[in-house]
Amino acid sequence: MLRILHQIFRTGVVSEPLPLEVEAELAEVGCRLEAAIRRRFCHSLVIREIDAGSCNGCELEILAMNNPIYNCERFGLQFTASPRFADLLLVTGPVSVNMEIALKRTYNATPTPKLVVAVGDCGCHGGIFGESYASLGAVKNVIPVDAEIPGCPPTPFALLSGILRLIKE
Amino acid sequence: MKVLQSILANNPLLAAERLENCYPETIPVYRVEALCFEDTARAMKRAGARLAAEWGVDETLMGRGFAVYAAFAHEAEYLLLRFDVPLELPSFVSLTKLFVPAFRFERQIWSLMGLQPVGHVHSDLRPWIKHEDWPPNAWPLRKDFTGKERMPRVAGEYPWVQVEGEGVYEIPVGPVHAGIIEPGHFRFQAMGEDIINLEERLGYTHKGVEKRFEQLSWEDGARLAGRVSGDSTVAHALTYCRAVETLAGATVPPRAAWLRAIMLERERIANHLGDIGAIANDAGFAFFFYQFMRLKEIVIRGNQRLFGHRYQMDRVTPGGVVVELPADGPALIEAELALVLAEFERLVEIYDRNTSLDDRLRGTGILPAEMAREIGAVGLVARASGQALDCRLLAPFAPYEQIPPRLITLNSCDVHARAWARIEEIRDSARLLRELLKTLPTGDIWTPLPAIGPDRSSMAVVEGWRGEIVYWLQSGLRGEINRCAVRDPSSVNWLGLEQAIHGNIVPDFPLCNKSFNQSYSGHDL
Repeated sequence: MLRILHQIFRTGVVSEPLPLEVEAELAEVGCRLEAAIRRRFCHSLVIREIDAGSCNGCELEILAMNNPIYNCERFGLQFTASPRFADLLLVTGPVSVNMEIALKRTYNATPTPKLVVAVGDCGCHGGIFGESYASLGAVKNVIPVDAEIPGCPPTPFALLSGILRLIKE
Repeated sequence: MKVLQSILANNPLLAAERLENCYPETIPVYRVEALCFEDTARAMKRAGARLAAEWGVDETLMGRGFAVYAAFAHEAEYLLLRFDVPLELPSFVSLTKLFVPAFRFERQIWSLMGLQPVGHVHSDLRPWIKHEDWPPNAWPLRKDFTGKERMPRVAGEYPWVQVEGEGVYEIPVGPVHAGIIEPGHFRFQAMGEDIINLEERLGYTHKGVEKRFEQLSWEDGARLAGRVSGDSTVAHALTYCRAVETLAGATVPPRAAWLRAIMLERERIANHLGDIGAIANDAGFAFFFYQFMRLKEIVIRGNQRLFGHRYQMDRVTPGGVVVELPADGPALIEAELALVLAEFERLVEIYDRNTSLDDRLRGTGILPAEMAREIGAVGLVARASGQALDCRLLAPFAPYEQIPPRLITLNSCDVHARAWARIEEIRDSARLLRELLKTLPTGDIWTPLPAIGPDRSSMAVVEGWRGEIVYWLQSGLRGEINRCAVRDPSSVNWLGLEQAIHGNIVPDFPLCNKSFNQSYSGHDL
């Protein structure tokens, strides 16, 4: 136990501020953002991640958002296991034919008002897989999308700032 | 030495004919007749071979019919059997009586290529990867299927394995799971907390990768291979590129080979760090999760500094690599290793001394050694169940011939063994990285590829962090990609999870699953 505590204190807080330009933007709209999250999302924004057929590259970066360095929870962003509790769906693609029904059901299981963010080049426009017998391509081909975060895969900073920009609007 | 090859050479009754234009020379391809296919496979089985992969090919564009290939491996030896399948009678002799992994390989061949296995044990021809709502006669890997049009959904039912009896209940899980992971369906039959049976249902992330390869150039193929399973992007791209280079008869410059190995070992370290944290997390130990995620992030950022991409995507290309190591690269890697390894060893000591973690991990999710051999498990999962399988040693290529990894096998076959194998492999990969840097040759990092001739084939195997990845390529009459068969380690290791779960309780499933951590995307293609 002492070793664990020792390691925790040795490590300290490793969370990093967002890149300068994003941080500046945040400071500018900080109050508005906080107010928006408080008003619209009861103090925190709850996210449900859906892999609708990705190569799992985007999942690596979404998971990295939760690591102590990016620490997305400090912005009130939380990941949930159930779409019933979610305010925002983070969908990676391309949407495979075999995931189409599951994606629509998850979308329908999420209470309105809800936001949908398509993640990655594949989620935005199908990426290298494109549209085929097995792939429906972009997420917007299957469910309505509010914002897109391109990248292969998008970095955790790109994901964080993409989500924060969307909810501040 | 060449056990399998001598069986075919010394047994005229099997009438095996060695084929030309199949590369590399060290992996021979033999054509066998329909009548002898099963006998030959039985001889392979008796010699102790495992079935590494099995796939179908459509050669109608070359004026032939279909063919089925079976890749056998025995210690350091690989050998392919080819069985011609006539157009008018698209069926072949099933190997399921002899080899367990053939179950899924053949269901997949039947589902996607439309070649029917005859004599499949239990006649299990339920679609695999193809789902029950596809038109039954849609065979996407056939050449007459363009792959562009949308398929209509049809009514269909998937017959699950049933367990009956008083108090038995069923738990369906997925495809959308609770965490930030890929989609798949697991169906448990349980009694109280004890799992009686687990049946996996995959294919949700099938996005037509093998068909897509056939529409791409050889160069673009490397980008697609790098996205078969994003967490193994270097390993997949490398296997694909080695198959292309073998086909073209090209030798990559030594410096490129070294840089590729540096990327491959960095990928192994990063993924293993994340996995150890995730295993501990599923045993309720968030402390390790955050500590190991931090170390993983340090390595990932190192990738960005060194090679310009956090996961080193699109860095390996046919003929070499696309980026040079920066001048301060060796110093950066050395500093990073010093930092990460010091922290890592501190955490390993805490991990090792923690009795509650020990209690959850030891004896959980046992995949017995015989079972691992029977299902043809590969890579880390096989080594944690006592199998001496590491392609870096068995099918070495530069620089692993000169700088071999240490063979790490464990015998407790449980979650702990799979976690501990990762710990040992991180240490060994760090050693490899240091040796690679010490011996890094100078010179070019890329060489142009000669044109690829028509109607030839090649195979490559590479030990990714999950295990042996197999690519088999065939060129068409115009020297284009006619077929690219991919076998991720997950295609066989997923079978191991179904077996390891027997005798465990439902709440330990996430822990067992995480200790395997197989790829859905790599399996579903």
